[in-house]
Amino acid sequence: MSKVMSMRDAVAANVHDGDVVAIEGFTHLICFAAGHEIIRQRKRDLTLARLTPDLIYDQMVAAGTARKLVFSWLGNPGVGGLHAIRRRVEDADPASIELEEYSHFGMVGRYTAGASNLPFFPLRSYFETDLPKANPLIRPIRSPFGEETVYAVPPLKPDVTIVHAQRADAVGNTQMWGLLGCQKEAAFAAERVVVVVEDLVDEAVVRADPNRTVIPGLIVEAVVLEPFGAHPSYVQGAYDRDNRFYRDWDAIAREAVTTQAWLDEWVYGVSGRAEYMGKLGAERVAGLRPSGQAPSGSVDYGVYR
Amino acid sequence: MSEPRGARPAAGAGPSAAAATFSKSEMMIVAAARELAGQRVCFVGVGLPNIAVNLARLTVAPALELVYESGAFGAKPARLPLSIGDPTIVTGATAVVSMFELFSFYLQGGLVDVGFLGAAQIDRFGNINSTVIGDYEHPRTRLPGSGGACEIAINARQVFVIMRQSKRSFVDRIDFRTSPGNLGGAEAAARIRREEGWLGRGPSVLVTDLGIYHFDDSGEMLLDSIHPGATLEQVRDTMGWVPNVAQPLATTPAPTPEELRLIREELDPEGAYTK
Repeated sequence: MSKVMSMRDAVAANVHDGDVVAIEGFTHLICFAAGHEIIRQRKRDLTLARLTPDLIYDQMVAAGTARKLVFSWLGNPGVGGLHAIRRRVEDADPASIELEEYSHFGMVGRYTAGASNLPFFPLRSYFETDLPKANPLIRPIRSPFGEETVYAVPPLKPDVTIVHAQRADAVGNTQMWGLLGCQKEAAFAAERVVVVVEDLVDEAVVRADPNRTVIPGLIVEAVVLEPFGAHPSYVQGAYDRDNRFYRDWDAIAREAVTTQAWLDEWVYGVSGRAEYMGKLGAERVAGLRPSGQAPSGSVDYGVYR
Repeated sequence: MSEPRGARPAAGAGPSAAAATFSKSEMMIVAAARELAGQRVCFVGVGLPNIAVNLARLTVAPALELVYESGAFGAKPARLPLSIGDPTIVTGATAVVSMFELFSFYLQGGLVDVGFLGAAQIDRFGNINSTVIGDYEHPRTRLPGSGGACEIAINARQVFVIMRQSKRSFVDRIDFRTSPGNLGGAEAAARIRREEGWLGRGPSVLVTDLGIYHFDDSGEMLLDSIHPGATLEQVRDTMGWVPNVAQPLATTPAPTPEELRLIREELDPEGAYTK
C-alpha cells in the first residue's frame, strides 16, 4: 500500500510536540524542507538530535521549536558558528536551551545501539577529556573479558527520524548514494521514519540494484516526493551544496531581527518547498546543477532460477 | 584540480613577482603540507587542515589517502571543498562508507597514520580545546565542540595541528579539554596511553603562522623552525608561556612559486583560507 503523502501531512502525522526528532544527513541530504514544515506547523518542545545541527537546527531553534539539542559538532562548516543557537547558549536570548553533547563517534554509536536494541555502545574515545564531565551519560566501563576500560554511550531512539534520499518506491524502500552519514542507523533506531525523496520510482528500479537500498519500506511510515527538499544542502548527482547560502546565513543569523525576517519570508511566507524554490529562482537553481555527469558503471547481479 | 576557478589579482606583473611576497597564512599552509611528506593515510579536519592536506596531495605526498569523517576514503577532490562533506570528495573516491564504518574500522581499527586537526586553544603539551571559552555551563564563547576530534586524537597514530598563534589561543591552561595531547607531560601520557589501549602516540607536529613545532622528550612543544619574516619576539608575545626553542633554530624555507600558484590559483582563488 502506498505511503506517499504531502510534506504537510507527513509532518502533521509523525512529528508531535515534545518529540525527539532526528533530521540526519552529514552535510549531504539534509532535509531542510521537513524542518521548514515543522516550523510552519509550530511544533514545540522538540529535542533535536543531529551530529551537526547545521543551519537547519539553527533555523528551527530560532523559530522556537526546540527545548534541547543532542549533537556532536555545533557549527557552520567552513564558515563559523551557528548564531541563533549561540544566542541561546551564551546569552539565554530569548531563553536558554539544554545541550547534550557527544563526539561524532559517540553519536554514531548512540544511533547504532538504538537501532540494534542494545543498552549501550562501547568506544575508545573520551579518555582524559572533559567530555564525560560535561555529559554524565558518557561513562567508563570495564571490559568483561579483561582489564581494559572503554567508554559507553546510551542508545538514542528518536521518536521520528526524517531522511532525505535520491529515490524510493511508494512503500518506502529507499536508495541513496554519496555520503551516507548515519542515516541508516538513525532510521533503524527511530520509532517512526519519514523518507523524503527527489524521485519516486517503481519497485522494479529498487529491485534491480538491491545493494543500494539503505532503508527498507518495512520501517517507513511516510514517503514524501519533494524535489530540491535538501536545499541549501545537496543531493549527490542532482544538485550542489549552495555554499553561498551557508555564507549568507552567517550574516542573517547574527541578529535575532534579521533571522526572524528571513524565517518570515522564506518559511512562514511560503506554502511549501515548491514556492520556496520558485522564490529562489531558476538561475540560482541552474547554477547548482553538477558541471558534468559521472555515472557509475553498472554491475551484473545475474539470474538464478 | 585541473581547472582553476580564476586567479587572484597578482601584486606584480608575472608569476615571479607574485611569488616574491606571501602571506603568513600561505606560509603556514605550505609548511603544514610539507610535514605530510612520506605519510600514507591522513584524516582531514575541517578548516585549515583541509587546504594543507590538499596542497600536500598536489605536492609532497601524491599517494596520500585522504580520509574525511563524512565517510570518504581516498578522496580526490576536484575543487577545494568549503565543507568536509562536499560532493566533490565523493566523485572519484576510492570508497564511500558509512560513518560507523569510518570511525569503527578505519579510525578505531588503526588505519589512520595522521589525524590533522585545528584548534581554538592549545596548551604547551598539545592538549586541545575546541568546545568552549569560559565555563562549560555558562560559556563566553560556545565553539563547535569535538566533532570527530576527540577520537581522532586518541586513535590516529599521530596528530598534526595547524592554527594561528595568539595569547588567547596559546594558553597556560585550556578552558576545556576536547582532545587529549600529552596531558601533563610525556611520561604520564605514555603510561596512560599504554594502560588505556590508545593507538595514538599523541601530537607530533604543530604548524602556526609563525613557525613549526615538534614535541620534545618532556612532551612539551619545541619551536624547531621559524618562518621567514617572523621573530622570536612575535612568537613569545603570542604565547601564554615561555616556549622552548631548538638550538640552533632553523628558518622555514619560503613557499616556492609552484606552492603559491597552487594555493592562489587552484585551491583557494577566493582567499577563503588565506586572508
